[in-house]
Amino acid sequence: MIQGKAIKYGNNVDTDVIIPARYLNTADPKELAAHCMEDLDPEFKNKVQPGDIIVAGTNFGCGSSREHAPIAIKASGISCIIAETFARIFYRNAINIGLPIMECPEAARDIKDGDQVAVDLTTGEITNLTTGRTYKAAPFPQFMQELIKAGGLVEYVKGRMGAQG
Amino acid sequence: MGMTMTQKILAAHAGLDKVEPGQLIMANVDLVLGNDITAPVAIREFKRMGAKRVFDRKKVALVPDHFTPNKDIKSAEQCKIIREFAYDMEIENYFEVGQMGIEHALIPEKGLVVPGDVVIGADSHTCTYGALGAFSTGVGSTDMAAAMATGQAWFKVPEAIKFVLKGRLNKWVSGKDVILHIIGMIGVDGALYQSMEFTGEGLASLSMDDRFTIANMAIEAGAKNGIFEVDDKTLEYVKEHSTKEFKVYKADEDARYSKVFEIDLSSIPLTVAFPHLPENVRTFDEIGDIPIDQVVIGSCTNGRLSDLRIAAQILKGNKVHPRVRTIIIPATQRIYLEAMREGLLEIFIEAGAVVSTPTCGPCLGGHMGILAKGERAVATTNRNFVGRMGHVESEVYLASPAVAAASAITGKISSPEEVVK
Ligand code: SF4
Repeated sequence: MIQGKAIKYGNNVDTDVIIPARYLNTADPKELAAHCMEDLDPEFKNKVQPGDIIVAGTNFGCGSSREHAPIAIKASGISCIIAETFARIFYRNAINIGLPIMECPEAARDIKDGDQVAVDLTTGEITNLTTGRTYKAAPFPQFMQELIKAGGLVEYVKGRMGAQG
Repeated sequence: MGMTMTQKILAAHAGLDKVEPGQLIMANVDLVLGNDITAPVAIREFKRMGAKRVFDRKKVALVPDHFTPNKDIKSAEQCKIIREFAYDMEIENYFEVGQMGIEHALIPEKGLVVPGDVVIGADSHTCTYGALGAFSTGVGSTDMAAAMATGQAWFKVPEAIKFVLKGRLNKWVSGKDVILHIIGMIGVDGALYQSMEFTGEGLASLSMDDRFTIANMAIEAGAKNGIFEVDDKTLEYVKEHSTKEFKVYKADEDARYSKVFEIDLSSIPLTVAFPHLPENVRTFDEIGDIPIDQVVIGSCTNGRLSDLRIAAQILKGNKVHPRVRTIIIPATQRIYLEAMREGLLEIFIEAGAVVSTPTCGPCLGGHMGILAKGERAVATTNRNFVGRMGHVESEVYLASPAVAAASAITGKISSPEEVVK
């Protein structure tokens, strides 16, 4: 079970504002986290607490394929992202690196900045502890659940390569 | 129920007779690509997977193009990781500075993609090669690592939107205007999770360079890939550039599309995307006076030879506005050389522009033309997000090479009609 305070953003949050290219000459998660969201919300790095949940509108993570974006978010302590929709490369990157994401338009619209939110990844249930409302996100397809269970794509491939000898 | 072009290519590469939209598949890939930003992360993950060798040293391409020639010590270290990996794994398609170009201009030029291929690249504009009738899409570094190790990638089979093109483009109007027009029409998430399939009798009048530009920006509509039906022009291009075997896939007559748009190319005007989203498009009757500080002509969208020719045609005998830094970046060494032989570089320099060695450079706010606070650029690139080319309070206006060149002369966003009589 994941629990944290919601940090809310709008539509089309792109990977350039999540982690600007000027910081992409490194792949160190800590350094990336230090600049996470800098061009959209310079206050982000001061207000984010371990376990916090980003709640956003449509097309979250659009733009470049930089895995540095979900890495920066994860390294900032964010435990989950709930959005109306995700851009597809961001979606697969998040799954591949083991950053939980939930597509749930209703919750994404309803939840307000600062609300306390709990997420059950196995059932897809999202609870707004501040208002008491609950929402249901579509569960992940079987294959993705396996990926997540394995701990991301690296572990999944490791397992498969091991099996092949 | 029939399949779209993309569905057929994916089915064939997954060893299946049929696939349905939404189905998750494991497919074999014909090429895996990475650059100096994404490959170092992929190499780290590749090692974490316990992989020892790449699945096929001919099917991996590494192109250091973003911060190269190395702009600082950190970039140099990133490039060194790729270089050492490339030598270590005996990667055939590693392109060092001097051979290098912007990956999405370079890979087709080197004949590394042919119709019917499945290509993944750890760069979102990998969708560019859809112009050749290949399935080609951007992924992240971990996907790249897994594909380098196993030769496979997982995909969710996409639905498709069909764009039936007819008529032909008017003077000065180009592939860039077509794709900006389409993104304006459907929005930056208009094709989310879907393929954009381009077909129709209007296709014949579009050059390969126009098609590369259009497919390049499919991602700016949220698409998984953009793909063009293969015709004589495609085959001619492939013959000229590649010796690889290929297979042409055509959509079934009864393929299902989530939407179908008919677009008359002759109805598309010169189009500019305003900050800070590619969907904020305007035409010249809505633009007004917008003074600018910089022009960039280059990138994987519009740094090809035909783009430079158009820019030269407009700049010839003119001077760029004294307040406008004009930066021209041929996308590959070969384009650079041809532009030199044709005398285009001389025209640019005489006009007061600078010509750079191939690099992504300012396109992603990397180097070679970063904007200060409050500055405005007209760029032939593909993204105008907040802070994309520099300061968070700078602005990027996306346009064709013709509009960019005309704007360089007048010092404000201008149509070529204003400067070429
Ligand atoms: S030119 Fe720009 S969009 Fe193209 S690959 Fe380079 S940074 Fe990306």
